[in-house]
Amino acid sequence: MSDQQVFAGALLAAEPSCPPGLTAWNGSDPGRRFAIYRNNVVVSLIDALADTYPVTQELVGEEFFRAMARLFIQANPPRSRMLAFYGDRLADFIEGFPPAAAVSYLADVARLEMLRVSAYHAADAVPLTPAEIAPLLEDEAALPTARIGLHPSLKVLFSRHAVVSLWAAHQTTDVTRALAAVDSDVAEVALVLRVGLDVEISRIAAGAAVFITGLEQGIAFGRAAEQALAADDAFDLAATLGLLIRGGAITTMIIPRSATS
Amino acid sequence: MNAHASSVPKTVGATCGLPARGGVGLKPEHFREVLSTKPDIGFFEIHAENYMVDGGPFHHYLGRIRERYPLSIHGVGLSIGGESPLDADHLDQLARLLDRYQPESFSEHLAWASHGEVFLNDLLPLPYHAATLARVCDHVDQVQNRLRHRMLLENPATYVEFAASTMAETEFIAEVVLRTGCGLLLDVNNVYVACVNHHRNPCAYIDSLPPDAVGQIHLAGFARDVDAAGDSLLIDSHGAPVAQAVWDLYRYALDRLGPLPTLIERDNDIPSFPVLLAEAHQAERLMRDAVANAAATPAAANSSCGVGA
Repeated sequence: MSDQQVFAGALLAAEPSCPPGLTAWNGSDPGRRFAIYRNNVVVSLIDALADTYPVTQELVGEEFFRAMARLFIQANPPRSRMLAFYGDRLADFIEGFPPAAAVSYLADVARLEMLRVSAYHAADAVPLTPAEIAPLLEDEAALPTARIGLHPSLKVLFSRHAVVSLWAAHQTTDVTRALAAVDSDVAEVALVLRVGLDVEISRIAAGAAVFITGLEQGIAFGRAAEQALAADDAFDLAATLGLLIRGGAITTMIIPRSATS
Repeated sequence: MNAHASSVPKTVGATCGLPARGGVGLKPEHFREVLSTKPDIGFFEIHAENYMVDGGPFHHYLGRIRERYPLSIHGVGLSIGGESPLDADHLDQLARLLDRYQPESFSEHLAWASHGEVFLNDLLPLPYHAATLARVCDHVDQVQNRLRHRMLLENPATYVEFAASTMAETEFIAEVVLRTGCGLLLDVNNVYVACVNHHRNPCAYIDSLPPDAVGQIHLAGFARDVDAAGDSLLIDSHGAPVAQAVWDLYRYALDRLGPLPTLIERDNDIPSFPVLLAEAHQAERLMRDAVANAAATPAAANSSCGVGA
């Protein structure tokens, strides 16, 4: 093993150890000095995870979160030199982490928080204005064939838990009171979207979620609407379009040439 | 000038493009305030890796702030002192960032931060000997050629030394400068921290570096600890105001080097913007004092070292 491989291994090892060949001017045990590096590495990465996952941390408490984060880091050290998206596998780790099993919704809240960070840093795209979209929506013959391009920040998260309500409760000043009103076992779908410079998280109906997911996958407008209605007979196409247009989520709208003739 | 130095690409931005004034690190929590209050400050600095994202508020605000202020881009992830080859993708991303923002200065560290595929998110120490010297010079050459930008190399804050070292850190750094033509980022806090930790004279450390190579100065705060023998061990925390001993050493450096672009670094426990701005202005006052002293008494450059380690 190379020197740096040994050094790196000792930095991330669960048990403290000190690589060979280190010295101190006063002949003192270099292990104590090496521990500064161990601490810097692990604490800076725990802090990075805490920045990304504030609600996840609040749900289990700081002490539990930091202990869990330490184990995650030892098993999943960063593979990228930019840390903005470090920990994108934390939700999967939580699902396989028995001490967190009692908080059944924790992994989905973590997924939502990572989507929020992804949306914050997602590529910019200029939304179509309502005036640009209106004539296309009025073209009833061509509209079903239209392909809608959505903003790069837009993501949909399906959860068996009340993931949006739980997250929203933690944005309030009286979290305990807000949480008391949430039934965590109610399934919810989250829409994550950067509107201007701010990431918005909202709860959307199941039909809207199927419609938007269909558009994301490149399915034609008409087919996506049919799928949404099949999944949810309360699907409200006009309301869903209004939500997307107001949020600046529609960036392109292409009607295939064959349909325009 | 030797053969290596002459091979450095003549660059777009000369590294001395930053004004000899105080600057601060640009923090997301200060974006709006900077744009609305337009503070009187010499430059802003960003960490390159934080801006390797596709879009959103970071680029929105940096673009607007960069239009008004000189910019220093400081890398923390290149791992120039690493045994592994430089990460070509990372270098490409850096090149794109420099191309987009055209900074007046680009700097990186004499340290390593990753091994194999794992990124350790800390500036880790290396032994100083012929083999590591050759490797660091090779990496600096690669960076300067790819970025078409002369880089500044920052002296590290370290907590351990290596039995394998055959050169002093300053000797190693001076040799890298000579062989690659890179400049130096003199981190005065790191000098102080390393000299306390290794029982050296910080003024002698500064005197051992090639003065003409220094293109920028960093100042920051440290935390205190002790080693296994109970001796002082300082930690480069970037989480406190600049300590008086570091201001004193800065004054010593200014007497030797003249005024230089000076960054106040703060990455933890970030205070309100005016607090950072006040530290940048303090650096500018000391620069003016140094110029005035030099004019009044040319012998000031021989002032004694008032900073003990």
